[in-house]
Amino acid sequence: MLGVPDSYLSFEKRILKRKGCRNSKIKTSFFKKPQRTISPNRMEAQQPKTLFDKIWDRHVVERKEGYPDLLYIDRHFIHEVTSPQAFDGLRKRGLPVFRPSQTIGTADHNVPTINQHLPIADKLSAFQVAKLEENCREFGVELFGLGHEKQGIVHVIGPELGITQPGMTIVCGDSHTSTHGAFGNIAFGIGTSQVEQVLATQCLLQYRPKTMKIEVNGTLARGVTAKDIILYVISQISAAGGTGYFVEYAGSAIRSLSMEARMTICNMSIEMGARGGMIAPDETTFAYLKGREHAPKGAAWDAAVEDWKSLASDSGAQYDAVLTFDAASIEPMITYGTNPGMGVGVSKNIPAVAAKSNESEMAKSLAYMGLEPQQSLLGKKIDYVFIGSCTNSRIEDLRQVADFIKGKKKAPDVNVWIVPGSKQVEAQAIAEGLDRIFREAGFELRQPGCSACLGMNEDKVPAGKYCVSTSNRNFEGRQGPGARTFLVSPLTAAAAAVTGEIADVRQMI
Amino acid sequence: MSFKKINTTCVPLPIENIDTDQIIPARFLKATSREGFGENLFRDWRYLPGDVPNPDFVLNQKTYTGEVLVAGKNFGCGSSREHAAWALADYGFKVVVSSFFADIFYNNALNNNLLPVQVDEDFLQKLFQTIAADPKTEVTVDLEKQTLEVPAAGLKTGFDINPYKKACLINGYDDIDYILSRREAIEQFELVN
Ligand code: SF4
Repeated sequence: MLGVPDSYLSFEKRILKRKGCRNSKIKTSFFKKPQRTISPNRMEAQQPKTLFDKIWDRHVVERKEGYPDLLYIDRHFIHEVTSPQAFDGLRKRGLPVFRPSQTIGTADHNVPTINQHLPIADKLSAFQVAKLEENCREFGVELFGLGHEKQGIVHVIGPELGITQPGMTIVCGDSHTSTHGAFGNIAFGIGTSQVEQVLATQCLLQYRPKTMKIEVNGTLARGVTAKDIILYVISQISAAGGTGYFVEYAGSAIRSLSMEARMTICNMSIEMGARGGMIAPDETTFAYLKGREHAPKGAAWDAAVEDWKSLASDSGAQYDAVLTFDAASIEPMITYGTNPGMGVGVSKNIPAVAAKSNESEMAKSLAYMGLEPQQSLLGKKIDYVFIGSCTNSRIEDLRQVADFIKGKKKAPDVNVWIVPGSKQVEAQAIAEGLDRIFREAGFELRQPGCSACLGMNEDKVPAGKYCVSTSNRNFEGRQGPGARTFLVSPLTAAAAAVTGEIADVRQMI
Repeated sequence: MSFKKINTTCVPLPIENIDTDQIIPARFLKATSREGFGENLFRDWRYLPGDVPNPDFVLNQKTYTGEVLVAGKNFGCGSSREHAAWALADYGFKVVVSSFFADIFYNNALNNNLLPVQVDEDFLQKLFQTIAADPKTEVTVDLEKQTLEVPAAGLKTGFDINPYKKACLINGYDDIDYILSRREAIEQFELVN
């Protein structure tokens, strides 16, 4: 392998190269062998464990009284906004990246979504993206940068490349890292100081969070999607209801979801304050991963699947909290306020006060949104529709929207942006002819990036305007200073796009 | 830089669920260094359109100054951006008091010598009332003793902090120094697993 640049090799090969291994037996054992729990005493070993406990315990390098656990990190994603200061930190300390093959970079938060082949017009953005390229080159980190055929939102590309796998610990300097938990792993967002720690040591000091099980049972009604499930749960427990917890989603309604829909659920775990969310891997997970670029192959695949099957929570495992919801009682959801906990069924009126909120907060939110308590949202005129973000920008989301709008046109006064989550999603959409459906409906299909989810680039919603958005945050100014956001599913967004107002998609399918 | 004890007036922000997009809006995250974020702290609350300081916002009022920010429940929710902690520290805050902190923010703050002090809701409300009644009220935050005191009002409470993190703050260490010292254990772990 001498002379082959690291970036040409798969992660596995690079790790082996780094470890100086040639022996295929070692290769199998290093990657695929079920990892041992760290020094469990007998009692512990016999106690039923949750999925979370199993993965956490496998990754504890050291546990010491009075210290947080020293946790090993398998995969680390970085992007242009939260990494430059971390690389600077390494430089100041004269440190290399400890395990460069376990870190993957992409440019997503701050990239334009039109004319990506041209130099970035905004000087600061251009500098930040260039800095990422420079840092990755200098420190030997693989980068799917702007223009790369695999570039995209970090939480979209990890799964689609098969880098995200069950049983891992995964971090990124981005709170929606929880998305990856859909594959049955411990994935959570970290700050830049911690990005630096992972770059320097492949480890983090972490307190073990409490665990919460959220069970959703039953069947969803037509027109109700994964996004509605998670918006519903958050509306019930509030934007702080999960703080201090790591969530495991379970129940028949969750089991029946596709991988992409499961990612939508786990993605928004952070919006209830939880550190992350996870779903035990099953046949749906394995079918999704099989054959993906970085997924194990051949015998290694079989060994991996066998290990992954052991990751389900044991029966009788204890959680610190358990919540149960009925899927049948969920309707298409919409938020009306300025945190994701302020949501209602689209046919319901805005409540007098949101769950676990108070009057003054409610009044402040509604004043910002230009809405009144107890008002119905149906028929409310809207100005923008944004279909994108790591919550809902995957191919299934785009297919669902295309299917719904086929033969329809967007309302005349509404701007509709569809921003695919990655270059691969974009290519797939074009291959399936979805781009034509979008064009004919007057929707603008843009290039991949975070876009109007956070309004860091040019894709901002003007002050006072209403945007129906498939993203995950409706904070004040999130989509642009003064912008007013309604969070919804892709289907409800499509319904708003064609009617120009908030509509109940169930009446339209 | 280490932190032990401070005695200062407070800036009250009695709003709940203050998210990191309010603390530092995304459009100011384009910088590649850690400095200067204080200028844009609470940007969209602090300035009206046209960059005119909003006279109603507390940071623009001379009445309230100090190194302790007292904020409503669930402070720092939302994005993981450490820029929020940098902005608060860069502006000059040393302590944030709230009845509840979002996890990631809490850790980011600790990693930047900004002490998050979690108190119960009742104490927080009393603190808000005391500051409103007399903006010159001083509080004492003692990290070693893990106490927050308002001598003039006879208010006092303890607060929790992990002993490891406390030692880091008092001695000015950070996590990397510690984790680097565990390198052998990490390499051993990689071999076994
Ligand atoms: S799409 Fe939005 S939420 Fe997702 S990573 Fe980008 S900015 Fe964060």
